[in-house]
Amino acid sequence: MSKFRKDGGKELPPISTASLPDIVFMLLFFFMVSTTMREVTLKVKMRLPEATELSKLEKKSLVSYIYIGEPQPQYQKTFGKASRIQLNDQFAEVDEVQDYVIAEREARVEAERNAIITSLKIDENTKMGIVNDVKQELRKSAALNINYSSRKKREL
Amino acid sequence: MSRKMPEIPSASLADIAFMLLIFFLVTTTMDVDSGLRRQLPPWAPEQNDDTDVNERNIFVVLVNKNNDLLVEGDYERIENLRERAKEFMENPYDEKDLPEKEPKEIPFFGEVLVTKGIISLRNDLDTQYGTYLAVQNELVAAINELRDELAKRKWGKPYENLTSDQQDAVRKIYPQRISEAEPKGKI
Repeated sequence: MSKFRKDGGKELPPISTASLPDIVFMLLFFFMVSTTMREVTLKVKMRLPEATELSKLEKKSLVSYIYIGEPQPQYQKTFGKASRIQLNDQFAEVDEVQDYVIAEREARVEAERNAIITSLKIDENTKMGIVNDVKQELRKSAALNINYSSRKKREL
Repeated sequence: MSRKMPEIPSASLADIAFMLLIFFLVTTTMDVDSGLRRQLPPWAPEQNDDTDVNERNIFVVLVNKNNDLLVEGDYERIENLRERAKEFMENPYDEKDLPEKEPKEIPFFGEVLVTKGIISLRNDLDTQYGTYLAVQNELVAAINELRDELAKRKWGKPYENLTSDQQDAVRKIYPQRISEAEPKGKI
């Protein structure tokens, strides 16, 4: 009966893991190149409206962001449920928008200062009152290029 | 030959790389920011620019706090806004209640009748931003469609494939004149 060999007599050779680091590094480089760093942590809830006539913001270095929306649940105790403006990493009032725009402009190279774009990331349930206040402030500080950030609407 | 150097173990290399990978996955975003580009009018302390425009040249769009649309005096659904705006800007049969046209010399086209129409958008302070943007989007879309149609008639190409000179000419025929009045509390 010695025809039957014992199990495990001839083991399967283990799969070589020598190339695993290379594969992972490849993935890593892909993600490093194709993504951008998260700049701010959102403190407001954000559901962008949908639109069809979109254009992409090409030069990221020219763009500064203003967020408007209802505060996230963990901030609602202190800031309430009314829509708030977020500049950089903190909540702000309407009259701080001008200072923010000026600071953003100062941070750019001289040649690019007139081409700055302000991207308004506004929740779709926000009332227009606060949006209009912000727009007036932007006009006062001569930041006239704006971009209403929105998602691509799926065609029916 | 000297002694062989002991090999550096590379078994943990994969773990290190995985750690880096996960770090980058968490801290970065991939979304390309896109949106509706608009130009704000420069700040002028006094605003009295609503006098010398003829009534038939203004396309009035009002949005109230319940997000209802009033277009040229009657209720309208947002789905029909694009057609209405196109009809207004184009005025194909020279109707009396649609905007006047004036002849203008434009490169590539020669003398063309250019509409004097202005779209005026006014919203309530309590209007939802989503509705406001949808209206803006429809108005911009109307003008973009007109430009596209013209470009296709003239050169057989969509507007974005034209040279910049050609685009300028088309833009002169269908200017994007959307004026936003100061919002009022009640409409």
